[in-house]
This record gives sequence, structure tokens and C-alpha cells, in this order.
Amino acid sequence: MTMLSKDEAQALLKKVIALSKAETCEANLNGNTNGNIRTARNNVTTSGVQDDLQLVVQSSYGKRAGTTTINELDDASLEKAVRRSEELAKLAPENPEFMPPLGPQQYVDAPGWVDATAKITPEYRAKGAADSINPSKEKKLVAAGFLQDFFGFQAMMNSKGLFAYYPSTNVNFTVTVRSEDGTGSGYAAADANDVAELDTAKTSGVAIDKALFSMGAKAIEPGKYTVILEPAASVGILQFMAFGFDARQADEGRSFLSKPDGKNKKGEKIVDERVNIWSDPADPRAPTAPWAGDGRPRNKTMFIEKGVVKNLYTSRYWAEKTKIEPIPFPANMIMSGGTASTEDLIKDTKRGLLVTRTWYIRMVDPQTVLVTGLTRDGLFMIEDGKLTFPVKNFRFNESPVIMLNNLDALGKPIRFSDGDGFGGGASLLPPMRIRDFTFSSLSDAV
Amino acid sequence: MDRREFLRLTGLGAGTLMIPVIGAPRDLFGATTPIPSADKKALADAALETARARGASYADVRIGRYLNQFVITREDKVQNLVNTESYGVGVRVIADSTWGFAATSDVSKDGVKKAAERAVAIAKANAKVQTDPVRLAPQKGYGEVSWKTPIQKSSFDVPIQEKVDLLMAVNAAAMKAGAKFVNSQLFLVNEQKYFASTDGSWIDQDVHRIWPNFQVTGIDEKTGKFQTRDAMSAPMGMGWEYLGKVPPVSTLGTGLWANTYDMLADATAAGAQVKEKLTAKSVEPGKYDLVLDPTHLWLTIHESVGHATELDRVLGYEANYAGTSFATLDKWQSKSFKYGSPQVNIFADKTQTGALGTVGYDDEGVKCKRWDLIKDGILVDYQKIRDQAHIVGQNASDGCCYADGWNDVQFQRMPNVSLAPGKAQMTPQELIGKVEKGILIVGDGSYSIDQQRYNFQFGGQLFYEIKDGKLGAMLRDVAYQSNTQEFWNSMVASCDERDYRLGGSFFDGKGQPGQISAVSHGCATSRFNGVNVINTERKI
Repeated sequence: MTMLSKDEAQALLKKVIALSKAETCEANLNGNTNGNIRTARNNVTTSGVQDDLQLVVQSSYGKRAGTTTINELDDASLEKAVRRSEELAKLAPENPEFMPPLGPQQYVDAPGWVDATAKITPEYRAKGAADSINPSKEKKLVAAGFLQDFFGFQAMMNSKGLFAYYPSTNVNFTVTVRSEDGTGSGYAAADANDVAELDTAKTSGVAIDKALFSMGAKAIEPGKYTVILEPAASVGILQFMAFGFDARQADEGRSFLSKPDGKNKKGEKIVDERVNIWSDPADPRAPTAPWAGDGRPRNKTMFIEKGVVKNLYTSRYWAEKTKIEPIPFPANMIMSGGTASTEDLIKDTKRGLLVTRTWYIRMVDPQTVLVTGLTRDGLFMIEDGKLTFPVKNFRFNESPVIMLNNLDALGKPIRFSDGDGFGGGASLLPPMRIRDFTFSSLSDAV
Repeated sequence: MDRREFLRLTGLGAGTLMIPVIGAPRDLFGATTPIPSADKKALADAALETARARGASYADVRIGRYLNQFVITREDKVQNLVNTESYGVGVRVIADSTWGFAATSDVSKDGVKKAAERAVAIAKANAKVQTDPVRLAPQKGYGEVSWKTPIQKSSFDVPIQEKVDLLMAVNAAAMKAGAKFVNSQLFLVNEQKYFASTDGSWIDQDVHRIWPNFQVTGIDEKTGKFQTRDAMSAPMGMGWEYLGKVPPVSTLGTGLWANTYDMLADATAAGAQVKEKLTAKSVEPGKYDLVLDPTHLWLTIHESVGHATELDRVLGYEANYAGTSFATLDKWQSKSFKYGSPQVNIFADKTQTGALGTVGYDDEGVKCKRWDLIKDGILVDYQKIRDQAHIVGQNASDGCCYADGWNDVQFQRMPNVSLAPGKAQMTPQELIGKVEKGILIVGDGSYSIDQQRYNFQFGGQLFYEIKDGKLGAMLRDVAYQSNTQEFWNSMVASCDERDYRLGGSFFDGKGQPGQISAVSHGCATSRFNGVNVINTERKI
């Protein structure tokens, strides 16, 4: 059994800490069960479940520390892990950046656990697969999808009295539907902590509609276009900007938030004043672990407020050295918006492109956060407030910083995760209309 | 390497327990001596018997112990020494003509039996929506066999102190030569994999890989501009013998190594070159003849040929994630699809010594081999596993099945895919001597390609102008964009086998749930005519 209750996890961790003979000892315990079903060619391809329970033990003497990980948890293995980490700590060189374990902390409540999600059966997964396969077959389309469910916990305890426990569940469904002749393709995704909120049939319907409308795309010239980016299109671009919010990187002069004099851009306006980006583990729309792996609380933190850089995340060492708040790496990304739906934004657009998904985004220049990537599975022309025809895919070269300066309008934020979410959690992002988005070449891919 | 993949592997993203550790590796793992085959056979047989008794027509069992060691440093500090050990079993079955899989870290007889029961139950549940029964290419059993990466010295036997000393010396050399910051890492992998199947194979394998790597940063404090330069090492299917002090095999712009890598010499060169990059000339966009060093070209091969000729992508198995492929079956069936110029010969090979993807047998018990993918420019074959061969009218797997852990189901992964060197004698200097207006690109940089592998954009580490046959000044802000077929048809020459070197990916991602694999790509320095080069400089 890899799912431990709070009491069970606490009892096991107490046993580990009691074994310690070091100055400090800290242990992290993670247990999870993952189930999945994968489809392609209107059939089930692979499907399975995975169970694992892992323990990490860290012992320290002064600024010397040692760490061991194991996934065997009988009494003899626990003792072996603790002794090994102590032996290693004694052999370690002093690390001036080592920070001792934290004492007890207060954490916000994050509503990440739903019983029903932990009870998903193979039959439920098979039905989810059928929800995409059957209607696709009826319309002579071909579905490929993935449904994965998770339940598990993370817990930690240390010799300074800190104990933390966070149970969570998640279910994620993504589906790509293509025409039999390969001239059309549509994608849709849904993500929830509560399986009752997941509608595999409805999500599949979105992908089917996009696939049908995307057939026979026309080539238009690359160049600068007004675009409406749906969350599945913007999340991968915005992540690269979020990774640049590390305080040390900025202070060391190797981030887009660096300034020539060794300072950083905290407090400066870098994007349009309508942009607000924050992280909040307790947001019921996208809950995530309220503590980081080193025990630091994750509280609601503004990173960009009214276009201004408000906070940077940092290691505890760098926070102490530079006397800033020790904000840990965020585990979800939330951006404010308005009330308009994507459809409302389209109605209000004279000429532009609707980008429903982007793909293979990579950093080209970290100095300007210039990234490159491609549109995929649904790119449509908007003329006089209506979607008029499908457009062949483009490669783009664009910086999220430039993009958020060219902001035109924001819609209502929605939850998105492709199953590989930012920092482990889902994102809440609005559809956004951007001026002068740079497409640099055509792609023949469908 | 994808950042998220890196973060996942090193645990840096999670911010958990990344504390420096130093010590004797045997103390740390106590697991570098593989578990006796007989013990694993008894467990595997129990799982196979259970699967059969529950109604499976086929079953395989993989018992795996996976050891990783990452030594992570910056400047004069050891930031982390991460040791991971994971042990478990995965059981895959066919029941009612449908796949099922279950994995558990409970490696007891009861644990493996339970996993086999769950795998069969999953297969039976899924059979209700299955219309295309699984058909496996026949595979003979090999009995009890074993294979080991032909290493000279296991990296796990080298004291941690020696590894730390090496990286500290590397960092000091880069700083002394002009770098402002340096991050360096050693990634060491040992996979102890045991495979058994109802076909009558019990295969024990001990696989080793190594990747010494660094990144140096240079900063112009007046302008606030910064530049980086990554190591010119290749990740290899080798032991500690990869690291040594040898002269480079090529010196185009920097020292370039083949089967032994002088990390210290490379760091010294990097420190100087990153400073030079800060003041290099920004490239004039336009068409250039590109001369691509193997430290760069391996990645273009990987993305535009390696992934495009994976049969699962061609057939649509990856449509929801990694994508499909432009190299469709009709193109292959025509026997005349010009993937590249007649000089282009690209082969798959899971037997190549030193390569990352080299093993004795794949993860469904098929013996590994070499075969052609592109011959004289024509697409001639794909990469296949057992349940795909029949779809293209073949009756044998190519041995391309892989799982990145005991807890992941095995599926089709890329073998080592390489460009054969030119047949005529030619050195890189002779190749450059014939170029009037070109750019030499060394090292891999930014990379992106569409989901059908047509349109790509690649950067690099070092760029040098070529004018009238001579190597000139360093350039910056260079990236090239092309289309796969157009690009490979523009290849006019490749140097001979003396210049043939391996590059590779330690963290190649694919599949849902995501899995990584390690794969090498060999080639010699090659020339591509008239490729579109863009300038990537922007202002924010």
C-alpha cells in the first residue's frame, strides 16, 4: 500500500527521526498510485497502474550533510538509510550555502484531495477512452488520447519539530482527433482534482469540432499578426518568463530581470499594467501543495502586479544573504483576466488568428526570453468577428515580455494542464489577445 | 535537454533535499553488485505463472534496479550530490488480445503475483473497447543470457572525492580563462535490468552511461549582456574511461573529442570563448552554406530523421503528444522518396560500441542489430517493435523497445541513428576550403521542430564565418530554419570516417506518461548548401 494517512505517515517518519544520531535529520516521504489509459488509431494502446513509496533521509553535522533515498521501507531498510546518510554527512565537505532544517511552520489549507478520484477503476478509464473513440469513428475521424489519474501524499518531518502532510488527487485527459486523410487535427484538454468535474465526452467533442474545422488549411504569409492565444497556446510561452524570476540569477546578471549595475528589476514595470501573475496553493480552482520540499510555506505570492515585478523566488541561502523574503519556487501559475470568453474575444476582433495550441517551445535567447515554437492542432483566421477559415501552421519567434507589452485584451481565466503542469500544479490563465505576434515561417505539419 | 526533464531528474524543481554529500559510492548504494540472476528468475517465473493462470496469452516481467548519481557544482562549491536508487517490477500481459500493465515496488513473490493479476484485470477491462487485437511478431526464447556495457572502469567505483576534484578543477580552469560563472555536472547511470517472458527468455543486463557536462557564463558588466557556452562533451555508453587527457580529434574553433574527453581543456577553451562571444559580430541574415560539426549535427539528425522514422509516430500512436511524421507509409512504399541527396546514408544501430542506446537485447527480449533507414538518399525502412511489424508487412521486430524504469511500460524508442561518413577521403579543413560564403556551427543550442518533423530551427554554441574557403571571425545571434527534406537534399559532402564522432541525448522525452531515454547519433562534419539563417537578437 503506497497511500498512507496523516497518522501513518507521521508514525513512519517519527520512527526515522528517532533512529537519527546526527545533529539534524530531515525526512521526506512520498507515496503515489498512478493509473492511465492511452489510445491511438481509435484503439487502446497501453494502459496500466504504478505504485511507489519513496523515502529521502538527510542528516547533517554543522554545514556537512548527507542524503540517501530508498523505496524499501521495512525497519532494517529505514535504519540502513539513516546510518548511510549519517556516514555520508561525516565525509562531506562543508558547504557554505547549507541551510539547517526549519522549525515548525504554518501552512494554508489546500483542498487537493477528493475521495472519488482515488477510487477510479480500470472500467472508468476504459469508458473515458471510448468517449473519444466512438464519436470519432462515427465522424470518420481518428482519436489518440491519454487519461491519467493520481492519488498520493507527500509528507516531511525533521528533528526541529517540523511536520507536514499533503494528500492530493488529480485526473487529466488530453485528446487529439485527426481526419483519416491527415488534413485536419484538433486538440482538447481537461484537468481536475475531482473526477466529477471531468467530462471526457465533452472534451472529446471540442477536439472533434476543431479537427473538422481545421481540414484543408490555407497558407498565409508569415509576419506579424494579432492573435488570440488560448491557455493551451500561451502556457508554454509564459513558463519561460516564470523560470526567469529566480532572484539569484537576476542578481548575478544572467536573467532578463538583471540590470547592468548588479541589481534586478524588482519594482519596475516590465509588461502591460493589466498583467497580474501570482501563485496561490489554496486557490480551489487549482490547488497544489502548500509547502515546498524543504518545508517552506507556499503562500499566495504576487510575482507581477499591474505590470510591475513584485517578488522573485529564491533559495533560503540567497534570501538570507541578500535580505529578501525566502519565497520558494511556485507550484502553480495564476493570471488575472476579465469576464469575456474566447468566443467574445473573437467577436471583438477585426482581423487576427486564433491559436489553440503551441508546441516544442524552446529558449533562443535568455537575455530577452526570445522563444521559438510552433502552432499546432487548430489555427484559424478571424475576420470581422468570425472564424472564417483554417490556416496552415506557423513557426513563431517571440518573447513573452514583448508579447505582454503588446496586450490588447484578456478573457476569463480557465484551468489548464497538459498533465505535465508548471511546478507540479495546474495553471489558471485567461485567453489573451496580443498585437504584432511574430510568425517567422510556415510549417507543413498538420 | 529539456529543462523540465532536467528538473525532474535532479529534483531541483521540487526544491527537496538537494544537499551536498560526499563519500564512497559503495557505502552510498550498497547496490552496485547486481542481485543474483537466480533470485530474479524465481520472482519472474512466479509473475509469469500467475499471468498465465489468470488468462494471459503472453506476459513479460522486468525487474529493475536503477542507480543514478549526479554531482552538481558551481564555481568553488559542490552544490549537490544526488544519489537515487529505485527498485521494482513491471508486468506486461496480453489478455483477450489487449495489453495490460502493472508495476510495484513490492518485489516479493506476493508483490509480483499481485502485479500480474492487476495487469490481467486491466487488459480484460480494456478489451471491451479494443477492436484491433494485439499481434506480436514471433520471437524465439534465448534461454538464460546476459549482457553488459563494455566498460573499462565503472563510474560507480570511482571515489566521490575524485569526481569532486575533477569538477572543481574544471570550474577553476573556466574561471581563470575568463568565465564569470560556471556550473558543472557529472551524470552517471547504471541500469540493472532483468527481463523474462513467456517466450522462454531470461535476460540479465548491466547498462552503464556517463555524461560530464558544464555551462560557463560570461557577462559584460557595462552593457549587462551575457552569453553562455556549453561543454563539447557527448553523453556516452561508457564508464569512467571516457574522461582522460588526450589531444582533440578536431580543432575547428575549439578542441573536439571522440571516445575520450578532456574536460579540463574544454573548460579552458570555454572560458575564453564565452568572452569572445560577448563581442562577436551579430550575423547578417540570409542564405549560407552551413558546415556542421558532429557536436551540432547529431541533434539535427535526432530531430529530423531519428524521430521522423519512428514507426509508432508514422502510424499515429504518438498523435496526442510527440506528434506524427511526414515520412508516411506511401513514401516508404514508393521506394523512391528522396529524403536526402544521394550522399545521405542514415542507419540505425543498437550494437555500436560507446553509444547510449546500445544494449544486447531490448525491453521485450529482442536481440539488437544494425539496419538502414535511408540509403543513397531514399527512405528504405523504419524503427519497429513486436506489435507493429505486421502493420508494415514484416515479421520481426527491430529491437527498439525500451522503458525508462521498472514502473513504466515499455514502448518504441529510438535506436542510435547515425549518418554514415563520406566514402571519399576528406578532412573538415578540406571541406571548409571549398565554401565561398558559409558558417561553421559547433555545439548544440536551441532546438525546435514541428509535430510532423517538417519545419525546424536550430541554434548552436559557436559560430564562425567562412569566406572564400577560410575560417573567419566568430559570429553570434545565429539560428537556421529549414524543412527536413529540403535540408537533407542540400547535403553535398560529409567528411570521412576519421572525423566520425558520436553526440547524443541523455534525456530524450516521449510518450504518455512521459518517459526519457538516452540515444546517440554519429556523423562526420558535413556541408549543407543555401540554408536560411536568421538573426535572433531582440530588444526588450
